[in-house]
Amino acid sequence: MDFLAEVVSWLAEGHRWRGPSGIPVRMVEHVHISAFALLCAAAVAVPSGVWLGHVRRGRLLSVAVFNIGRALPSFAVVALVLPVSIRLGLGLGFWPTFVALFLLALPPMFTNSLTGVGDVPRDLVESARGMGMRELQVLRSVELPLAAPVIVASVRVAAVHVVATTTLGAFVGFGGLGRFILHGFAIRDFAEAFVGAVLVALLAMATELGLGRLEKTVLPAGLERVAGRREAGAVRRLPRPV
Amino acid sequence: MNPQVASQPFIRWDWVIRHADSIAQRTIDHLVLTGIAVGVGLVLSVLAVLVVLRWRRLEGPVIGVSGVVYTIPSLALMAVLVPFTGLSLLTAEIALVSYTLLILVRNIVTGLDGVPPEAKETAAAMGYRPWRILVEVEVPLALPVILAGVRIATVTIIGLVTVTALIGQGGLGAFILDGLRRNFTTPIVVGAVGSVLLALALDAVLLAVEKLLTPWARVS
Repeated sequence: MDFLAEVVSWLAEGHRWRGPSGIPVRMVEHVHISAFALLCAAAVAVPSGVWLGHVRRGRLLSVAVFNIGRALPSFAVVALVLPVSIRLGLGLGFWPTFVALFLLALPPMFTNSLTGVGDVPRDLVESARGMGMRELQVLRSVELPLAAPVIVASVRVAAVHVVATTTLGAFVGFGGLGRFILHGFAIRDFAEAFVGAVLVALLAMATELGLGRLEKTVLPAGLERVAGRREAGAVRRLPRPV
Repeated sequence: MNPQVASQPFIRWDWVIRHADSIAQRTIDHLVLTGIAVGVGLVLSVLAVLVVLRWRRLEGPVIGVSGVVYTIPSLALMAVLVPFTGLSLLTAEIALVSYTLLILVRNIVTGLDGVPPEAKETAAAMGYRPWRILVEVEVPLALPVILAGVRIATVTIIGLVTVTALIGQGGLGAFILDGLRRNFTTPIVVGAVGSVLLALALDAVLLAVEKLLTPWARVS
């Protein structure tokens, strides 16, 4: 109860809601860098994965990328990018955080784009070619629609991962909601850390739910059955927590 | 402080050699933190699966709740726990165990669901009781999938342990935090590379264990 009162009085102070270190500004910083890093990573990972899937190459590469992605702790990536960023003159704060987020968002989207397109049954692709479709038509009208659920799901996974990792950006001088956690720990104000943590958790869950909703509306109806059939019996890969 | 960072090499081997003892110690800490989390997680998951098998309707809620916990960033989960359990090993382990649950429960349930019904029916016809069917038929047949879950959980937790450095634990992650605080690159590299190597090593060891325990899986 005492603790809850502390949290409430922390929140009640006017300056928590205004200025460059207020909750709204931190929230916007958090969402901005996450969205920017996700879009940049998607622009690189999805086309390259789709193309490799189309020419049916790079299977081993995708497995390797996936496994490396899983073994690399996000905290380690964020920390390792910092000295590189400083050496390149990009400094603290935005750039090391952005680069770390970008790198961490690549593996799930690349792997899923590659396997999603690569797993489209060969006979379908062959019949499309037999019907006289050009390569780009095969890609656009057959492979991409069938691979869409897998690709779109990976964007959601990467988004949740990025939102969670942005929290760690506070360690390399970035703002965002992680600041409240870090600062709270540093001055032993656990109410502040608690508020930051709850906001981060809510943002991560909102991302998951929001993009899940979007997924359902974006994907053509009827695809779910195809995807469901292909995944039956296999354990679906889980995303990695941060 | 930045010029100081810019001029130092990525790794100073003399530092590594001088700190060999503490690197070894923190590697052990890292393994212990991981071992406790996966061990406790496995016990809780088995209990959860037993409940799910008995009352199948609970499968959705159990997976749902562990899925929600899975989405919460570990740093946030720990920060939420700290006011109640302090900057302690307990806080770190509660967070770590939470992340193993979804992986383990899902794999155990999927593994058991994959057991051919003929095998269960044959055992039942031979007079096996449900409990004995579970232990002697279903679990052995589901073992490859269950062990794969243990392997994934272990690799995942090794990465997450680094974050627990924030609440005074962390194993090799403590080096990363130390390096960040002092603007000193070498410990960051040691902590990061160390935890990746540890994950890869344990992955290989558990894969070997998996092969040893399920010799029949090699044939099929």
